[in-house]
Amino acid sequence: MTWLAWRQLRPSAVATFGALLALAVALAVTGPQLVHVYDTTVKPCPSIGDCSDAITAFGNKYNVLQQLLTIVMQVAPALLGLFWGAPLVARELETGTYKLAWTQSVTRTRWLATKLAVTALATGALAGLLSLAVTWWSAPLDKVGTNRFDGSVFGERGITPIGYALFAFAVGALLGLLIRRTLPAMAATLVAFIAVRLVFSQLIRPHLMTPLRATFTLLATVNGYASFNGSTSNLTAGSPSDASLQNAWIYSARIVDAAGRALTPQATASACPQLANGGLRAQLPPAGSAGHVHAVPTQAAGQALQQCVTKLSDSYHTILSYQPANRYWTFQALETAIFAALAICLAGVALWNLRKHLS
Amino acid sequence: MSVAVTTDGLGKRYGRRRWALSDCSLEVPSGHVVGLVGPNGAGKTTLLNLAVGLLSATTGTISVLGGNPSDRPEQLARVGFVAQDTPTYSHLSVADHLHLGARLNPGWDAHWAAKRIAETGVDPTQKAGQLSGGQRAQLALTLALAKRPELLLLDEPVAGLDPLARREFLQTLMIAVADDGVTVVLSSHLVADLERVSDYLIVLAAAHVELAGEVEHLLATHRRLVGPRRDSVSLPGDCRVIDASHTDRQTTLLVRTDTPIHDPAWIVEDIDLEDLVLAYMGQTSNVERNRRSGLRVQP
Repeated sequence: MTWLAWRQLRPSAVATFGALLALAVALAVTGPQLVHVYDTTVKPCPSIGDCSDAITAFGNKYNVLQQLLTIVMQVAPALLGLFWGAPLVARELETGTYKLAWTQSVTRTRWLATKLAVTALATGALAGLLSLAVTWWSAPLDKVGTNRFDGSVFGERGITPIGYALFAFAVGALLGLLIRRTLPAMAATLVAFIAVRLVFSQLIRPHLMTPLRATFTLLATVNGYASFNGSTSNLTAGSPSDASLQNAWIYSARIVDAAGRALTPQATASACPQLANGGLRAQLPPAGSAGHVHAVPTQAAGQALQQCVTKLSDSYHTILSYQPANRYWTFQALETAIFAALAICLAGVALWNLRKHLS
Repeated sequence: MSVAVTTDGLGKRYGRRRWALSDCSLEVPSGHVVGLVGPNGAGKTTLLNLAVGLLSATTGTISVLGGNPSDRPEQLARVGFVAQDTPTYSHLSVADHLHLGARLNPGWDAHWAAKRIAETGVDPTQKAGQLSGGQRAQLALTLALAKRPELLLLDEPVAGLDPLARREFLQTLMIAVADDGVTVVLSSHLVADLERVSDYLIVLAAAHVELAGEVEHLLATHRRLVGPRRDSVSLPGDCRVIDASHTDRQTTLLVRTDTPIHDPAWIVEDIDLEDLVLAYMGQTSNVERNRRSGLRVQP
């Protein structure tokens, strides 16, 4: 049965792995150059001074290829679900070849189990190799990125693409079996896959592990001052450049007092009347850019902020909720395992359904 | 007489209310080439799919070669099946299909299969999708026979073929099964397809067995009686009227009887299989009837 499963997959597998090989060659050619540029421009720049120009220039190198890889990594798992998953059973049901397959001396359960296993193996291998190549190539670029938990990077590197691909494949196979027609099954697979991916990354991933909490004293180099909703102005919470926060996934940063009450605009205004004065506020850098070396506020405004922060830091501190960078691979493993487990469940449902209902 | 397939009160329902087959009880004797005839929608395909285990019964029981046509490899190995429209993997070559058969069937006769394909003149490297309907049917037949089944079921195998391909297919089927002793059941809605090959006939109409028996016996025990018009007829005791039709001057009867009819009032004629089946299916069209009776009155 393995032979038939592989024989049916072979033409598309050869074409797909061929495309992967072509991409791998392109990455193998450009990858070392990317490393070279990183080593010569970005790495030594802190000793020279301003890094932002070097980082921007580096980030724009191979811009087209980067965007292409983003697209490939986002759609590849879905495509595997659409073109390997959905037709796996649906095409056999549509063309009637299941009658040929199921009347050989092999049970239909074994038939489906083998087809699922062989194609899932190819799917996992393909996604894994693709991700390996892309992760390797993007490594220098990811070093200058702020955190690797970011939605646009997390699902495109490491092992998560394998989980997504297996899941998409299983969704496709099951929906093909239930819907019994290839094209509607493909459409349903796409919708289901995108929905689950979105729900997971938005609602589930942040709760996979309890975030760490850390408190920091207020610093004028970190905290800014900005107006909210156009009227109330307040001190803004920023994340200090602490080693524990390097490349961390920061959920929230709040300024609170010892009892955990948030700093109110009124408290700020009464503590720092000179800052609340509109004239100085306009000269401060916009919120969020605090900490950047090149965004220096005017001296008067800077002093006012410094005084305000010093005054408030007696009774207030910053509380950060975050996932440290060293949890990256735990998150990768958890998400991959969950998607792979979902895939196994769906495959189980497909096998059960084939036994019970398709008769 | 040993039995290849037995059904008792067999029924299959699709969805909530559509019964494709209901309360079907029949016996298929082994060692015969059995023709399963019935109009479209009589439940032939459903019956065969139940026998090969592609479907499971809603009601009743079916026994195939003494076993349950379940999803077990040992049972699957004993039954060969050629499905309606002879589905094959269009992108796989003929050789791939033979390889498939060898991989999936423990009793596969590779030598015989290769010989059969060579005899039909099909290029083994050709993709199944490029074969003609007749060649595809031959391939499907080879696949079903090379696994050396005890029972071969064919669902409307020649329905989509042109007359020449039909003849070739049935010929090769007959040659293939002649020295094998395999029991064959082939279904068709046309008697003409089965007349040449089957020696046992089962007529299925609306899921009920209307007639079953060896062809020779059936032909020997059915007669057409033509005589002057009469509304009530008296016939010997064992005579059963299957079909009666009347014109103004003439009455035509189709009767089943084991004894010869000597009443000089009747012209007694032999009948062919097609007329017999049509009479049992109750589908003898008026046109046909009138044409026949018209011919009789001309002296």
